[in-house]
Amino acid sequence: MAAPLGPSAGGGHRSGRARVAGPDLGRYLGWGLAVAVPLVFLAVFFAWPVVVMVGRGFVTDGRLDLSAFADVFSRPRTWRIVGLTLAQASLGTVLSVLLGVPGAYLLYRCRFRGRGVLRAFVTVPFVLPTVVVGVAFRSLLAPGGLLSFLHLDGTFAAIVAALVFFNYGLVVRTVGGLWERLDPRAEQAARALGASPWRALGTVTLPALAPAIAGAASLTFLFCATAFGTVLVLGGLRFGTVETEIWIQTTQFLDLRAAAVLSVVQLVVVVAALWVAGRARSRNERALSLAAPVSSAHAPSILRRHIDSAGHRPRARVSTGARATGSKGPDDLRGLDRAATAVTAVTVTLLALPLVGLVVRSLRTPDGWGLANYAALSHPAGALPVSVWDATVTSLRVALDATTIALVVGGLVALVVSRRPRAVAARRAVAGLDAVFMLPLGVSAVTVGFGFLLVMDRPFGLAVDLRTSPLLVPVAQAVVAVPLVVRTVLPVLRAIDPRQRQVAATLGASPGRVLRTMDGPVALRAIGLAAGLAFAASLGEFGATSFLARPDRPTLPVLVYRLIGRPGPDTYGMALAASVVLALVTALVVALFERLPRAAGTVV
Amino acid sequence: MRKRALLGALAVPVLAACSAIGAAPAPATTTAGGEITLVTHDSFALSDGILADFTKQTGYTVKVVQPGDAGTLVNQLVLTKDAPLGDVTFGVDNTFASRALDAGVLVPPSPALSAAAVKDGQQYRVPSDTTGALTPIDVGDVCVNVDHAWFTAHGVTEPKTLDDLTQPAYKNLFVTESPATSSPGFAFLLATISAKGDGWQAYWKALKDNGVKVDDGWENAWNVDYTAGGGNGQYPIVLSYSSSPVDTVPKGGTSPTTGALLDTCFRQVEYAGVLAGAKNPAGAAAFINFLLSDEVQNDIPGSMYMYPVSSSASVPDEWAKWAPLATSPRSVPAADIAAHRSEWLQQWSDVVLG
Repeated sequence: MAAPLGPSAGGGHRSGRARVAGPDLGRYLGWGLAVAVPLVFLAVFFAWPVVVMVGRGFVTDGRLDLSAFADVFSRPRTWRIVGLTLAQASLGTVLSVLLGVPGAYLLYRCRFRGRGVLRAFVTVPFVLPTVVVGVAFRSLLAPGGLLSFLHLDGTFAAIVAALVFFNYGLVVRTVGGLWERLDPRAEQAARALGASPWRALGTVTLPALAPAIAGAASLTFLFCATAFGTVLVLGGLRFGTVETEIWIQTTQFLDLRAAAVLSVVQLVVVVAALWVAGRARSRNERALSLAAPVSSAHAPSILRRHIDSAGHRPRARVSTGARATGSKGPDDLRGLDRAATAVTAVTVTLLALPLVGLVVRSLRTPDGWGLANYAALSHPAGALPVSVWDATVTSLRVALDATTIALVVGGLVALVVSRRPRAVAARRAVAGLDAVFMLPLGVSAVTVGFGFLLVMDRPFGLAVDLRTSPLLVPVAQAVVAVPLVVRTVLPVLRAIDPRQRQVAATLGASPGRVLRTMDGPVALRAIGLAAGLAFAASLGEFGATSFLARPDRPTLPVLVYRLIGRPGPDTYGMALAASVVLALVTALVVALFERLPRAAGTVV
Repeated sequence: MRKRALLGALAVPVLAACSAIGAAPAPATTTAGGEITLVTHDSFALSDGILADFTKQTGYTVKVVQPGDAGTLVNQLVLTKDAPLGDVTFGVDNTFASRALDAGVLVPPSPALSAAAVKDGQQYRVPSDTTGALTPIDVGDVCVNVDHAWFTAHGVTEPKTLDDLTQPAYKNLFVTESPATSSPGFAFLLATISAKGDGWQAYWKALKDNGVKVDDGWENAWNVDYTAGGGNGQYPIVLSYSSSPVDTVPKGGTSPTTGALLDTCFRQVEYAGVLAGAKNPAGAAAFINFLLSDEVQNDIPGSMYMYPVSSSASVPDEWAKWAPLATSPRSVPAADIAAHRSEWLQQWSDVVLG
């Protein structure tokens, strides 16, 4: 990266010729580091293993052999699974976004009792082990289940429903993160000029949110396109996707040629999706006027009377005067609020059904109803080496490490990408950097996991076999969490008007000070959200972890997976109880992370 | 300097981290002779304290690595042949044995095994394994199970044989597992290939026409679809293990409510072996001897739901009573499995998933 990426025009304004070289050099170095650290991280822990693994499939007897492409593409099955992958991921994404945006409005733009609990709740599905959710879904849908009358068992619709179940919270959080900070005055101005709330939403608010929505959609698409457990448990091989096919070819057939071709196909699909999302983002991404979260929230109109009497609203009014549009304000939002509340209520109820089913069955024991499954969690289960509590502690520690790594790497990426360099080449490079860090979500965990095995034995001449070392687990999870951090922090950073930074620089603020006073405070709040999401992703990560986790320190999802696969009258109940623990721990931690910046008094 | 704002934001989690990275045990620097690494599948488990006893007896500590199911295990061993993941492996079964042997990832134990149970396992050796690289440790049968309670309640005669399963009386009553994603599922496919020879595809066509349900894995079939699996299942016939009935003895009851159809079983054998290129081959051999000791062999039924090969080991009373091994289980030579695995699975997909 040759060009300085900062809002650079003001670079040489400060007095004193001798000092010019210093800060400039420093800036080059600073930005260089900010680009190099994440790139090296990604290259070593993602690109290298993937390239080596895929390369294995294309090299026969030391020579490049691309005939596998012809073989794989001549199978009708290949085209079918590519089609299914696209259909599944697109439908899952569209539905998640359609349901998630109203959810983001209600949970991040309105204030009501229980909002914090609800925010944490919608994140829970995101971390649950797919095999547990799959079985919980099937228990509802299969003959004999509560929803068997829908006849969805084993259908394509069931898979899409499960994908929405997992990703709804992701959309709510990613979009909500920007929405809660969006200055309501633009919308209010539109309404003061006579626009209906719906029109203001369509012409002012949604376009402003487009970058976050596109970001959430691309994340969701990647998660849906690489869904594995969900697809298998709910649909078997009939609805195989590129991901399940890679898994089968690699772990069961050892057909690395086919797996390599499919990995390339997966990459093409993912890059195309990112390109589309990137275009949607860049068309709409622009400086926005941001406000403190508390100033823009209002009580949803259906709850308003109650909240009024509780005296919550005046605080919002005092803090910014944003409600200056007065009587025409909140009541006018009634239709909007009602629609958002209705959609979200239905969605949350549907989310809750499998979860309630899971909890109920975790309370069923061979002796009738009770807490025996939970009591059993405190000692090593069956012949498993550790208790569920030990695994919980391991998971938390690993997730903390992974979150830390992801915040550093993802924070740097977001910072670099948030800049808009003047030169076209540099601008393209920045966009490319953004896309590259999304790739880990779109590449099969099997490819990455097997790749680790091939390259992490004494990497770079180090005397460590990283393949069987616990060190690699948080790193592998961080690779997956980085894109989540970027997508949460970036829209907020980008929304800062670059002219503000330029003004600050002109007034004599050093680049560091600009960062500290302009980007820092805004980023902090977003980082709370990002940390929660990264933590959740790490807690729930199973794919790559399962290839790496040492059994003397398994993470909670790995333990759940081993429990559910064991015969025995008690182990299934214990697996469910352990999943409930995972859900509760996640909800608690996510809620905590959301409060952190506020508690530290850093909200702008 | 310019990163201070961000770093400030990061300080909280960093401080809170009490870094697990820092707390992780240092990579093994012990000299050969001190530690062995066992690479096994994720169903491997032994009761608390047993691995510690091995350390007490031999001085070797055991590090366990579990990369996935049996297929994943074998494929990882093959891929990492030049830089093996450990010293010894357990869990390669007779359906994957040829792949491991052909790839040359295993070497015969040296020094030669001294455990008395070695001769008991002789009958289960892979015929093509002329050097004795794979040592049989335990065996088990994958069998069709039936819910006695359901058949009694509905006044239907229970099926007994593979052919019965295609009869109209059992339409829409049988749930099995996909051979492409489940190891019992693959074992059952082999049972049908062994029983029906060239007619196996016609047999599966008949099963399909009779409404067989195919799940991706055992946990799904047992917990969701089987009538005796604890859920609200609708299928009283399930593909499981010969040991499964033991888990269906009701509280306070004296006998299980389900049974295994011993005419439908495929015999699985699990092997241990020393990895080629092991850093500690002597320790690896010592561990295989330990796996054949009565202490481990007696623990295998309770921990891994398999039957010991050792004639001096005993199975729990309820196993002896309700979970006998099949007297004439089906089998397919390991070399045939290796040669035809993809082809059979492809044909199976065409017939059943179509």
